[in-house]
Amino acid sequence: MTAQNSRLPEVPPELQGNVRLMPWDKLYNWGRKRSLWPLFTGLACCAIEFIAGAASRFDMGRFGMDLARASPRQADLYIISGTVTKRMAPQVVRLYNQMAEPKYVIAMGACAISGGPFKEAYNVVSGVDKLIPVDVYVPGCPPRPEALYNAILALYAKMEREPISSMPWYQEGENEGIPVPCLGPDLVDWKLTEQTPLERSK
Amino acid sequence: MSEETKPTAEILSTLEEHFPGAAQPAEYEGLVVAPDRLVDVAAFLRDEMGYAYLSCVTGVDYPEPTAQFPARFETVYHLFRSHGGPLTLHVHADRDEPSVPSLVSVWPSANVHERETWDLMGIRFEDHPDLRRILLWEGYEGHPLRKDFHEVYYEADHKPFSSRHPDGQPVQAEERAPLGRNLRYPPDWSEGGDLNPPEGWEPQAEVAIYDPLEERTGGNGRPMPTEQIVLNFGPQHPSTHGVLRMVARLDGETVQELEPVLGYLHRCHEKIGERNVWLANMPFTDRLDYICSMSNNFGYAVAAEKLMGVKPPERAEYIRVIMAELTRILNHMVVVGFFTNDIGVYLTGMLYGLEERELILDLFEMASGSRMMCNYFRFGGVARDLPEEFLPMAKELVYERLPRRVEEMDRFLFNEIFEVRGKGVSVLPAETAVAYGCTGPLLRASGVPYDVRRAEPYSVYDEFDWDVAVAYNGDVYDRFVVRFEEMRQSLRILRQALERLPDGPIQEGKSRHNVKMPEGEAYGRVEAPKGELGFYLVSDGGRNPYRYRVRSPSFTNLGVLGEMCRGHLVADVVAILASIDITLGEVDR
Repeated sequence: MTAQNSRLPEVPPELQGNVRLMPWDKLYNWGRKRSLWPLFTGLACCAIEFIAGAASRFDMGRFGMDLARASPRQADLYIISGTVTKRMAPQVVRLYNQMAEPKYVIAMGACAISGGPFKEAYNVVSGVDKLIPVDVYVPGCPPRPEALYNAILALYAKMEREPISSMPWYQEGENEGIPVPCLGPDLVDWKLTEQTPLERSK
Repeated sequence: MSEETKPTAEILSTLEEHFPGAAQPAEYEGLVVAPDRLVDVAAFLRDEMGYAYLSCVTGVDYPEPTAQFPARFETVYHLFRSHGGPLTLHVHADRDEPSVPSLVSVWPSANVHERETWDLMGIRFEDHPDLRRILLWEGYEGHPLRKDFHEVYYEADHKPFSSRHPDGQPVQAEERAPLGRNLRYPPDWSEGGDLNPPEGWEPQAEVAIYDPLEERTGGNGRPMPTEQIVLNFGPQHPSTHGVLRMVARLDGETVQELEPVLGYLHRCHEKIGERNVWLANMPFTDRLDYICSMSNNFGYAVAAEKLMGVKPPERAEYIRVIMAELTRILNHMVVVGFFTNDIGVYLTGMLYGLEERELILDLFEMASGSRMMCNYFRFGGVARDLPEEFLPMAKELVYERLPRRVEEMDRFLFNEIFEVRGKGVSVLPAETAVAYGCTGPLLRASGVPYDVRRAEPYSVYDEFDWDVAVAYNGDVYDRFVVRFEEMRQSLRILRQALERLPDGPIQEGKSRHNVKMPEGEAYGRVEAPKGELGFYLVSDGGRNPYRYRVRSPSFTNLGVLGEMCRGHLVADVVAILASIDITLGEVDR
C-alpha cells in the first residue's frame, strides 16, 4: 500500500471486492495508458522492425496498441522510427503539432536518438530531440521488437506517474505548437532565429 | 561470356571508323568520349552496337590532375547489352564550370541519374528537359559530393579520424561544430550571431516542385475546361512504403501528371562512403535496402572483389548464394503482403508475408548475429561459417515450409480483388521499360527476360539449374506473377545449393580488414530482389574509396513512375507504386 493510497478512506468489509478506491489520477492514467494509438508512419529501417513488432510473432495487440492510425489527428504516440533528415524535419514537426494531446514520442534507434551511423551526413538531423520533445529513447540499430516493447512499457510507467494537475496539456491557454522549420540554404530552424515566420509577417 | 571479354579496343576501332577522333582509351577502364560528339556516339552505340540499356550515370570529381588527364569533372556512363559486362564511357568537363551534353534524348533512363549528378556533383547537363535538384531541395547551398564540400561535422577527409584513433579521445561532434546543431548556412545568414534570413528571402523548395508540374500539364484541351487540382501523397502516407512523396495533378480522378519527390531519406550514403575505409562501408550497405541487407552486401562485395581481383572460396560462394536467394524470397513475400495492404485488404496479407520473414530472419540471425542488418559479407568471403544448426533449419524451411507457403500466397493472385486491381492496369511496354532503365521484376513482367544472374553471371550462379522468370503483359498483375515465379526459382536454386554446399574455408587468404585497394575502377552488379544493384567504385590506391556510387534499382525504376501513372485513376497509383517495389533507403541513399 503506497503512501498515496493510505490516505484513502477504508472500504467497508461487505463492499470489498466490489468497490475499489483510488486517486483520480491513477484511475485516469490507468484508463488511458493501454489505449495508446501509434501513428502509422515510418521513416527508415526501424519502421520495418516496428511493423514486425506489430505482426504475428511479437503481436503489439497484447499491449492494446494494434490500432495504428495513419492520420496524426487520431494518434497520440509518435514512434520516430528511423533517420530524421533535414528534408523530412518540417514534416516531422508538423505531424507532431497535428497529433491529439496528450501526446508522446519514442525515439527508436540510433538515428532518431543522435543521427546514429549517419550523424556526420550533411542532410541528417543529429537526433530528433533537436526538433521535438522525446519521452523514451530506444537504442539499437535497429532495436529488436522486444526493445521497442520495453520502451512502450517504460512509457506506460511514465504515464502512470503523471499528475493531471501539472501536465502541460491540461493547463490554461492555447498551445501554439512548435514552429515548423523550413528548407532554405540548409534547414532553417526557427527556434534558433530571433523571429519565427509568424512574427516576421506581423 | 565472350561479349564480356571482347576488348574495348574493338569498340574503339569501330567508333574510330565512324567518329574519327571522338573517343580514346580512358585511364582505367572504358573510353573517353569528346563532349561534342557524345550524343552521336551514344545513339550509334544504342542503335548499331546493341547497347540499349544505360544503367548508371554518375560524376567523379578530380580537383587534382591525375597521371594522364588534368583537373576535371568526369561523368561516367555504364552501358549494357543483353549479355556481358559494362561499356564505360567517360566524358570530361571543365573543373570550374562543368557542363556536359545530356543523354536523355538517347536513353530516358539518364533523366533521374543526370538530375542526381547535377544535384550532388554540380555538373550541368545541357538540353536536359528538367534539370532540378532531386535528392536535396531547390535552394540548397552547395553540391555535396564535390571533394571540396565539407559537412558541418567535418573533421578530416578520411577515417579513421585522428581524434578517435588510435589513442584519441572521442569528442561529441556538436562540440566541434560552431552552430551546435547540424546546420550549415551561407555567410550572409549568420551575420551578427543570429540566424535570421536576409530580407526578402523566400523558400524555393516547394515552388520548384509545383511550377514545372503545372507547366507540363497546361490545359487539358477539352472544349469545356475542368479545373485541375494538385494532390500530395506523402511523405507520411501509409501506402508510400516509407517517406516517398508523390505530387500529382488530377483532372477529376484521372492522373494528368505525377512526379515522385525524393530525398526525404537522403542519408548521404555516398559522402559517408568516401570518408570510410573500404570495409566500413559494408554495414552501411545493409541500410540501403533495409529489407534485403544480404543482397546489398553481395553487391558491394562483388564490386570490391572485382577491383581487388580476389575470388572467394567455393564454400563462401555457396553460402552467399543461399543468403541472397533467401533474401529474394523474403523480399517478395513482404512486397506481396504490402501490396494487399495497398489495395485495401489492410494488414491481413502483410501478416502472412511477415510470418515467413521472421523464419528467414532467424536463419540470418543464426549466421550473422543480427536480424536485419546482417553485415555478413567480407571481401573474399563471409564473416563467419554457418553454425551447426543452420543447415537442418534451412533445409526444413526450403524443402517443407516455404514451397507450401509460396503456393498458398499464390492463391492471392486468383483473388478477384487482385485481378480487378491488377490486370490491364499501367501496362509498361518492353521498349519503354528498357529505355527507362528498369530492371528486376518490373522489366521481366514486360516480357524482357533480363536477369543479371544470367546476363553477367557472378558468384556461382552459372553452376545452378534455374530459369529466368518472365511474363508478357507488363501490367501490375504480371509483376506479381513474375515475383511468385521468382520465388519458385529461388527455392530451386536453394535446394541445389543446400545439397551441394561444399566444405572448406570461408575466406580467401587472411581476412581483409583495413585493405588497400589497387588503383582503378570497377562496376560490380548483382540481381537484387528489386532489380540491378550496382556499385561503381574508384580507387586511388588508398584505404578509402575515391568515389563510391550506388546504382540502386528502386531509384531508377521510380523514374518511370510518372509514365506509368499517367491516365490512370488516383486509386491505382498506390497499386502501381507497390508493384514497382521500392525501398526508400535505397531510393534516396
